[in-house]
Amino acid sequence: MKNFISDTAKEIKPSGIRKFFDVVSEIPGAISLGVGEPDFITPWGIRDAAIKSIQKGNTQYTSNRGITPLRENISKYLNDHFNLSYDKDEILITVGASEGIDVTLRAICNLGDEILVPEPSYVSYAPCIQLAGGVPVPVCCTVENGFRLTPEMIELAVTKKSKAIILPYPNNPTGAIMEKEYLDKIKPIIEKYDLLVISDEIYAELTYGSKHVSIASYEGFRDRCVLISGFSKAFAMTGWRIGYVAAPPELSQAMLKIHQYVIMCAPTASQYAANYALSDGFNDNFAVIDDMRTEYDRRRRFMVSALNEAGLSCYEPKGSFYVFPSVKSTGLTGDEFANQLLKEEKLAVVPGSAFGDCGLYHIRCSYAYSMNNLTEAVKRIGRFVKKIK
Amino acid sequence: MEKLNKDIIKIISEDCRYSTSKIAVMLGENEETISTAIEQMENDGIIVKYAAIIDEEKISTGSVQALIEVKVAPQKNKGFDSIADEIYELPEVKTLYLMSGGFDLAVFVEGKTLRDVARFVSERLSTLDSVLSTATHFILKKYKIEGAVTKSEDSSKRLAVHP
Repeated sequence: MKNFISDTAKEIKPSGIRKFFDVVSEIPGAISLGVGEPDFITPWGIRDAAIKSIQKGNTQYTSNRGITPLRENISKYLNDHFNLSYDKDEILITVGASEGIDVTLRAICNLGDEILVPEPSYVSYAPCIQLAGGVPVPVCCTVENGFRLTPEMIELAVTKKSKAIILPYPNNPTGAIMEKEYLDKIKPIIEKYDLLVISDEIYAELTYGSKHVSIASYEGFRDRCVLISGFSKAFAMTGWRIGYVAAPPELSQAMLKIHQYVIMCAPTASQYAANYALSDGFNDNFAVIDDMRTEYDRRRRFMVSALNEAGLSCYEPKGSFYVFPSVKSTGLTGDEFANQLLKEEKLAVVPGSAFGDCGLYHIRCSYAYSMNNLTEAVKRIGRFVKKIK
Repeated sequence: MEKLNKDIIKIISEDCRYSTSKIAVMLGENEETISTAIEQMENDGIIVKYAAIIDEEKISTGSVQALIEVKVAPQKNKGFDSIADEIYELPEVKTLYLMSGGFDLAVFVEGKTLRDVARFVSERLSTLDSVLSTATHFILKKYKIEGAVTKSEDSSKRLAVHP
């Protein structure tokens, strides 16, 4: 029999996280800092809105773009929170930000187009680029620059084939953010090479100390920017699979065309739930998000301090809900560290290499866990580090 | 100051075993500030007591708890306070609230046996002058205490590792 699997499907690497998950699930009593989703449950009002929409019989397809009130609310929300002006017809509701990433890349990639991907970063950019026929070009960000992107790094990675750059901030897994002064620095170089910016702002609501700044809010950048976001992290709605892409009309049309053939529309009940999340949020100034942010912020400070105490040098993250300590001082790679930690202390963390080669000597710990869980976890890390050092 | 107190209360209400240094880290303050604030709150009676929440069902003390609704005749110039003073002095009384609605005082008592509680009601509580009537409800099972669910929940619904 022929081998039916495509070369591309063969080429894309299995997720380093997934590989680790299979091991974790076989160890009884293991606790984990491996999860990339909030430990909060979707607020009741949002769940109730979905139930009501089903009771009312809203069970059909919606328009391909998504229901109008939701897109109007997103437009208002983006304006209120991040000073962005997108018309409702420039917003496409997607099946999570994940589909947003996929549909964007498919809409822009010609065969062989290069897309710059800052690393460490979320695991699906590179495979999605490959599936779209593009070539991912990793741009290694290091702790020395606070895992931020610098103009020099972009300059080094750009070629004639470069078409776009992904801007994954606030960042999973490093927790780095790009404050305005740093965006100012990379802006000219992006214009110089006429790159499209794919700004993945799924963690935009989770920054600590300073408010998230979107590059799409810069004069003239709206037209060279695709903004991807969603409801998973800010509203604890990961399982609902609901996200959106905001882009200038021509690009948005191209994405819509792909989306309507492949997906048809995002799940209807999820759209109503998301719409409620925003309408309700406008009423009380998004108190739900404030509460979650405050809680994450406490855990973040606790984790940074406890990991440093345990002997792992830990950069202070300013966004998302991850810390990304270096394990170099132990003489182990992140993979070795994570595997031994799991075996000896029954604690799962994710090896940094899952997020790109430059994460080799790091591990990712999520602090989307209760303080009890985190306290126990850092105790185990401390014990383990002491033993191997 | 008020905000700091609120933040501290939120943390220690969740778990009062956090050291002042941990609390300081979590709130981005220095340890001195935190311990002063806690001490002040203790002195001011804002923090009344530090205690653990126990699910008695799991340690089979065999003790019995009841909620007693008490109707009383408020006294001139003293309202409900003086009768409340009398009631909370009784060692069986664990918790005492003044309530709005159909009765006046909610008295939570604990005794070794059902008979103990019955005797407490008939001999000590009902016999107080201002007490007009009582209704005793025995507590059968505690599902949630002070925000904590007693049943050990199935392990998290989340996957162990995920992007």
